[in-house]
Amino acid sequence: MHGTALAARSARGELRAAHLSEPRWVRATLIGVALVFLGIFLVMPLALVFAKAFEGGISAYAAAVSDPMALAAVRLTLVTSAIVLPVNLVFGVAAAWAVSRFEFRGKNLLVTFLDLPFSVSPVISGMVFVLLFGASGWFGPFLQDHDMRIVFAMPGIVLATLFVTSPFIARELIPLMEAQGVAEEEAALTLGASGMKTFLRISLPKVRWGLLYGIVLCNARAMGEFGAVSVVSGHVRGRTTTIPLHVEMLYNEYQFSSAFAVASLLTVLAVITLVVKYTIERRGFE
Amino acid sequence: MMSIAPGYRAAVACLALAAMTAAWGLPLAHAKELRLLNVSYDPTRELYQEVNAAFVGHWKKQTGQTVVIDQSHGGSGKQARSVIEGLEADVVTLALAGDVDATAASGLIARDWQSRLPHNSCPYTSTIVFLVRKGNPKGILDWGDLARAGVAVITPNPKTSGGARWNYLAAWGWALGRPGGSDSSARELVAGIFRNAPILDTGARGSTISFVERGIGDVLLAWENEALLVTRAMAPGKFEIVVPTASILAEPPVAWVDRVVARHATERVSRAYLEFLYTPEIQEVAARHYYRPTLEEVAARHTAQFPEMELFTIELFGGWSRAQKVHFADGGEFDRLYRGGAR
Amino acid sequence: MTDGATARRASVLPGFGLAMGITLTYLGLLVLIPLSTIPLKTAAMGWDRFVEVVTSPRAMAAYRLSFSAALAAALVNAVFGTMVAWVLERYPFPGRRIVDGLIDLPFALPTAVAGIALTTLYAGNGWIGRVLQPAGIEVAYTRLGVVVALTFIGLPFVVRTVQPVIRDLRADVEEAAASLGAGRWATVRRIVLPQVVPAALTGFTLAFARSLGDYGSVIFIAGNLPLVSEITPLLIVIRLEEYDYPAATAIAFVFLIASFLSLLAINLLSWRQRRALGRA
Repeated sequence: MHGTALAARSARGELRAAHLSEPRWVRATLIGVALVFLGIFLVMPLALVFAKAFEGGISAYAAAVSDPMALAAVRLTLVTSAIVLPVNLVFGVAAAWAVSRFEFRGKNLLVTFLDLPFSVSPVISGMVFVLLFGASGWFGPFLQDHDMRIVFAMPGIVLATLFVTSPFIARELIPLMEAQGVAEEEAALTLGASGMKTFLRISLPKVRWGLLYGIVLCNARAMGEFGAVSVVSGHVRGRTTTIPLHVEMLYNEYQFSSAFAVASLLTVLAVITLVVKYTIERRGFE
Repeated sequence: MMSIAPGYRAAVACLALAAMTAAWGLPLAHAKELRLLNVSYDPTRELYQEVNAAFVGHWKKQTGQTVVIDQSHGGSGKQARSVIEGLEADVVTLALAGDVDATAASGLIARDWQSRLPHNSCPYTSTIVFLVRKGNPKGILDWGDLARAGVAVITPNPKTSGGARWNYLAAWGWALGRPGGSDSSARELVAGIFRNAPILDTGARGSTISFVERGIGDVLLAWENEALLVTRAMAPGKFEIVVPTASILAEPPVAWVDRVVARHATERVSRAYLEFLYTPEIQEVAARHYYRPTLEEVAARHTAQFPEMELFTIELFGGWSRAQKVHFADGGEFDRLYRGGAR
Repeated sequence: MTDGATARRASVLPGFGLAMGITLTYLGLLVLIPLSTIPLKTAAMGWDRFVEVVTSPRAMAAYRLSFSAALAAALVNAVFGTMVAWVLERYPFPGRRIVDGLIDLPFALPTAVAGIALTTLYAGNGWIGRVLQPAGIEVAYTRLGVVVALTFIGLPFVVRTVQPVIRDLRADVEEAAASLGAGRWATVRRIVLPQVVPAALTGFTLAFARSLGDYGSVIFIAGNLPLVSEITPLLIVIRLEEYDYPAATAIAFVFLIASFLSLLAINLLSWRQRRALGRA
């Protein structure tokens, strides 16, 4: 019965028997349409970034990328990410641990709140911090009196980025940890290991690939966040512009080549993110 | 349920760490350098690029210090509000005295700021003209044509832009000066003009880009310096300037922000920076960027570039504080006449 | 399997207190308190002013554009995304792995970069624009541009939600249908689709939610003309730039509520659809 059927599963790379697959012309059409769709929506924008970035030649590219304002933007972006990643990592792991390992009342509500920043428009995500810490915000007078600046300064950018990227790591870890189960942890505990030791030596390594991907994705988003940062930043070139804001500034001033040159930095990061994911999936999401 | 106190401690520790890192990030990084922030209105980007480069050299020669000048550009009203809300400007170079007054009213600038520098703290002036496409296809010759049906007018948003408020008052003032002109005829004209506006950008440069690069609209109400920039540098040959029969003398002032310079210890350099704008060298730079210099000797050399125009001033409206209150405050004339359309 | 075990043995694993403490503190301080400013500031506004602001023609036009564009984009993604997922899972072709990896690009690429790239692509002199414009199709600076940008943003959601479902389709059921004489199309229609459609609906919902409030990808390609091509987040930003905080907050509040409600509605619809398909 299965003699001629080459594959019982639609596993990748394996051909299916003729009676289990569509006629050739249907396959060809579908592949064609899918590739055209992806070509238009994914490949062309990606190619365009690099084509435009190097339109003026290598020296123009280098000039745009090494411009002091661009470098200041890179510095601010990196510092912001350096703060956001560890904080969201701790939060993400804690939230995933609580949600995936325990049952408690209100768990569904908690998961909804975890996802909240995901469904709030970035502009609104930035706006709430202006409402809190702007001069006419709830904490405005307090901050003025103590000479502290949050809005129009780096702390505001960090907060807005934290808000927007907070769900990423938790969302990666929760399904993973739920699927993995607790057998190993329980074994370790019964053998006398302390909670922290179990966590560090057993639980974390089990999720290392999901964790890595979550971090990489969180990083990509943190560096690329635009709407929320745009609202809190103040747009002072060289002081409170991140790379995306700097790109916007250049683009609005019709310096297209330079805008794309700086944009290509984050595009390369995006491609690296994709490669990391690809590698993780190939090597084994155990 | 187990105690969650250890959780709170850990969380607070993490947040404190983040806060400390954040607090470290900005101020310390700039502590050693002498930095100035110039919060300006929208079209002055090219002007201050050149001015700043000159000042950095000048200051170095005079004092041996290296100063770094950061610029922020945007609609004048919006910029003033940003400074009031905490944007740390050492100097403000805005589009109209009203915006600097508002900043002064919040306590950041001394009340007598305008008398601290020559010419009412205005190192350069400008006016409002029309920019049309080559050949002037819609035949726009004067303010009255702007309210005609079928004419699309590009102007920024008076709520954020200083240039837009000069545009508005120029139109109003022109209507007042017509035979039989009155507040109600002026109101009708200005309402008609804004009815013809498909989009209101936040600043003058934004409007210029909408008109010139994106090809929206038939006529741009522009600062004279913006219009000249377009016809001489940005897109020569594609646009024409139409000078209306009367317009307003636009006086963009400059001031240092007392509270901020005290905090940053930048009073000396900020003062010197603004006084530098009045030197013949920089007055020439201003003229080169199409601003009307206020220093008589330099202005005399550039009369060809700036045509004689019939110009009234803000005094026609009783000064900026009165104009702001009557026209641009919440519920003022602009809010009332700007119905339907984009509001 | 172990999920039930998790529930029963909740108290054995340590760290609940610590984990919950961190989670609740962080969520409370960073997410809930900031978000609460919106309803609270809106409440302070006064009913008349609130209604005037949120029902103004410009605000209504902005909501209409945001929602309709997000729906259209999610629909396009639902159809084409399912097709892409099918092709990726069922048809080996050279370079398939690379194409598969590329699907996540909208997740990783900054929205602003996507925005300027798409605008440049579809502008009159862009690679695609110069083909479409002579045909009379304007994409850049129009509502169509908004749909294109949001399609890009939502693309991975449908594909990634549908792919695992297709992967897990049991070939033996298809075999059985074939051996009973069903043609390929009938098999697809009655065996495959009922399993795939619910996943596509989920993907549709996710794509819709994600693209609804997006700013960076849209702001460059939309025309931003009030009443015509202005999205709701831009209107909020403009009110913020005018320092009209009450108006900005009011519009944001309405937009948030409308977003949550529409998500709820779509979820309900897809739940009912799932039940109906399950019974068929």
